[in-house]
Amino acid sequence: MKLKKILSHIFIVSVALIGFLGLISSPVKSNTPSDVLVVGQIAEPKSLDPATVTAVNDFRILMNMYDGLVRYKDGTLEVEPALAKSWTISDDGKTYTFSLRTGISFHDGSKFDANAVKFNFDRMLDKNHPYHNTGPFPLSFFFSAIENVEVVSDNSVRFTLNAPYAPFLSNLAYPTGLIASPEAIKNNGSDFGRNPVGTGAFKFNSWKANEAVIVDRNDNYWDGKSGSKTIVFRPITDGNTRVAEMLSGGIDMMVEVPPISLSKFQGNDFSIAEQAGPHVWFLILNAKEGPFSNKKVRQAANYAINKEAIVKDVLEGTAAIAAGPTPPAFAWAYNNNLQPYPYNPEKAKALLNEANLSDKKLTFYVTQGGSGMLDPVAMGTAIQADLEAVGFDVEIKTFEWNAFLGEVNPGLEGKADMAEMAWMTNDPDTLPYLALRTGAWPDKGGFNSGYYSNPKVDQLLEAARSSTDQSERAKLYQEMQTIVQEDAPWVFVANWKQNAVTSNKVNNFSLQPSFFLILKDVVKQ
Amino acid sequence: MFYYLFKRILYAVPVLLGVTFAVFLIISLIPGDPATAILGSYATPENIENLNRQLGLDKPFFQRYLKWVVNILQGDFGTSYSLNRPVIDEVVERFQATLILSGSSFLICSIIGIFFGIISSALQYSFFDKIITFSVILGISIPSFFLGMMMILLFTVELKLLPASGMYSLYGGGDLIDLLKHLIMPSTALAIVSTGVVVRLSRSIMLEILRLDFIRTARSKGLKEYRVIFIHAFRLAIVSILPILGLQAGFVLSGAVYIEIVFQWPGVGRMLVDSILTRDIMLVQGGVLFVALCYVIFNIVVDFLQLILDPRIREE
Repeated sequence: MKLKKILSHIFIVSVALIGFLGLISSPVKSNTPSDVLVVGQIAEPKSLDPATVTAVNDFRILMNMYDGLVRYKDGTLEVEPALAKSWTISDDGKTYTFSLRTGISFHDGSKFDANAVKFNFDRMLDKNHPYHNTGPFPLSFFFSAIENVEVVSDNSVRFTLNAPYAPFLSNLAYPTGLIASPEAIKNNGSDFGRNPVGTGAFKFNSWKANEAVIVDRNDNYWDGKSGSKTIVFRPITDGNTRVAEMLSGGIDMMVEVPPISLSKFQGNDFSIAEQAGPHVWFLILNAKEGPFSNKKVRQAANYAINKEAIVKDVLEGTAAIAAGPTPPAFAWAYNNNLQPYPYNPEKAKALLNEANLSDKKLTFYVTQGGSGMLDPVAMGTAIQADLEAVGFDVEIKTFEWNAFLGEVNPGLEGKADMAEMAWMTNDPDTLPYLALRTGAWPDKGGFNSGYYSNPKVDQLLEAARSSTDQSERAKLYQEMQTIVQEDAPWVFVANWKQNAVTSNKVNNFSLQPSFFLILKDVVKQ
Repeated sequence: MFYYLFKRILYAVPVLLGVTFAVFLIISLIPGDPATAILGSYATPENIENLNRQLGLDKPFFQRYLKWVVNILQGDFGTSYSLNRPVIDEVVERFQATLILSGSSFLICSIIGIFFGIISSALQYSFFDKIITFSVILGISIPSFFLGMMMILLFTVELKLLPASGMYSLYGGGDLIDLLKHLIMPSTALAIVSTGVVVRLSRSIMLEILRLDFIRTARSKGLKEYRVIFIHAFRLAIVSILPILGLQAGFVLSGAVYIEIVFQWPGVGRMLVDSILTRDIMLVQGGVLFVALCYVIFNIVVDFLQLILDPRIREE
């Protein structure tokens, strides 16, 4: 057999192959110009039409391309003027009149004025509006209190509400309230989401499917020029791949660093930004039936779970221990006297003895992952172990996110004793109003899946919602937090600290408590 | 022969209908719906019902499937619920990338697979054969997404030789060399298992053929060994190897789904996963239809090639 000949063939082919590899894999040089900022996102946006999207991932791009009438002040969740210069609120809290900034144009050159504002809200809310068919608008209920929007003059617009609704301003600062160009919506219809036009610091350049969304500096921006000429938002879904791109210099910054990878970014080449946000991770307890219908047992669960271990060991320090139903990020409404339930298994056992339970079996709904759910399976397992240590017998049932919501949102009755849940909101009203009131039980269209009911809490929440005085609202929310913590309808577990990593070339970056990504002032050297 | 071809193409229609029906059925049966996915935490029963009505999801299953089929026959692939965009735009934009990735993987697994299969059979029990057999077992046993991650760690993070993700550089790229740089890791990771399978099967097919009488005749005529192997034996072997390649084409197309996620390759794989998670039936159907169509077309081509290469089948 001509073994040698065949071997020499193999040899030649291998040499050719290696040579070819060497040729094309000359060291990767980043050809990205220095005034282009490349951001690693967690997914491709669904659309860039602010009225139609619901995901934080999409908001991160939108907030840089559009403005709302108002916005959150840097580093807070308090509202400040944006496209509106100022506003007045009528004494009954039902009429808001905004005076608009003048001389502002959309990126397509059309004029921003009161008619544009009216167009945006009517499009979402009025079923007979000619462009209502460019929806659906899943978050339009943020503005369901609006009865009508009137154009008072070119630069004044009046909103009339059907009842006093304190979160209204805060909702206007949410991405659903961003103002899009009516001309562009008329020209593009449903395809506006792919051809977005706003008034923001950056204007749309291009969107390459699954590769990048590219935006360019708006040189005529009313609030000063932005620090980068161009921003590239690259979707890199896999967390490990995103980390690899960051380490190799393929991207300049990334959001949502997997906790386990944070240690790779210690040192001088990178900096890590962290910011607690309006997020709370909790366990819904079924207060209608089973062991948790007894307040002592609910409190026992709060004492039994080692939140510090969860936050430190499972989440690697990317969250803080939650004390009550309202996240501390709502600084003005947060009750600073609230102390988290300490980890005290002995106390938990004593409370369980007092409650004298006959059946300590619990069914626990856990999700595999979902918006704001952090590391739900590992957290669920740790919680199961802690509860079993004080004498419960916990059975976990795991669901994929969409199926999980389908099980949990209609209520836990007859199915489960507890379920994981997490919320990110923009106003201290939202979560307790939708998930702790008696009027928010699932059969009444709310998210109170554990059937908690306390008339005092209901009353406080209604009062806080209809007051337009922030300090008065703050007092009401603080009282609500004290009562809810004592009643323990949930196990309060964690407040997520969102993180981001930037390379040492990126300056002036900070994360916002709103979890939005504001890149206007970021400069890359 | 053309009658045969015509028959094969005709058979493809029920196959595609069956595939799309099964997928439609499964997506409809699993819990969760697009409205819940779109609304996320805000999915109250009332909001869900409103949105489902807006999306036309309150209609019964068969009515929706029939409507889908009728629309497809008229060239309308429907609109994605979650993206609010025509499915055909979304699929076409991404399909080219998937074809490039799985096509190159397919080339790697066919060429390298057959080549080493033949070498390994020609040198049975030699040192080379053992090395190849060992590598094949290794290759078949490594999950490709894991291999992909390890490649990224080595070639991107440590050696800084290759880009970790994407298909083209955003700046200063766009040519063939740039594409190859981005392609080499994902296509290798995707091809590795298929290559192993092809090596193993073509080795055993060749071994059988090399024991046949006509090979002994060829050798005793004094033909050079490489002519015996590459011309006489291979000509017969390729007829049996082709159907294996047809199966591997399906394997690389479906494997592309998770390789595309690891390497952020802008193909339909990622889109399919997302659309399944959001229960976006229209988008799932569009993607599946295209992938299934590719697979069916490819297998028709394979059968046709077999027909050309093997006179015995032609006579039947």
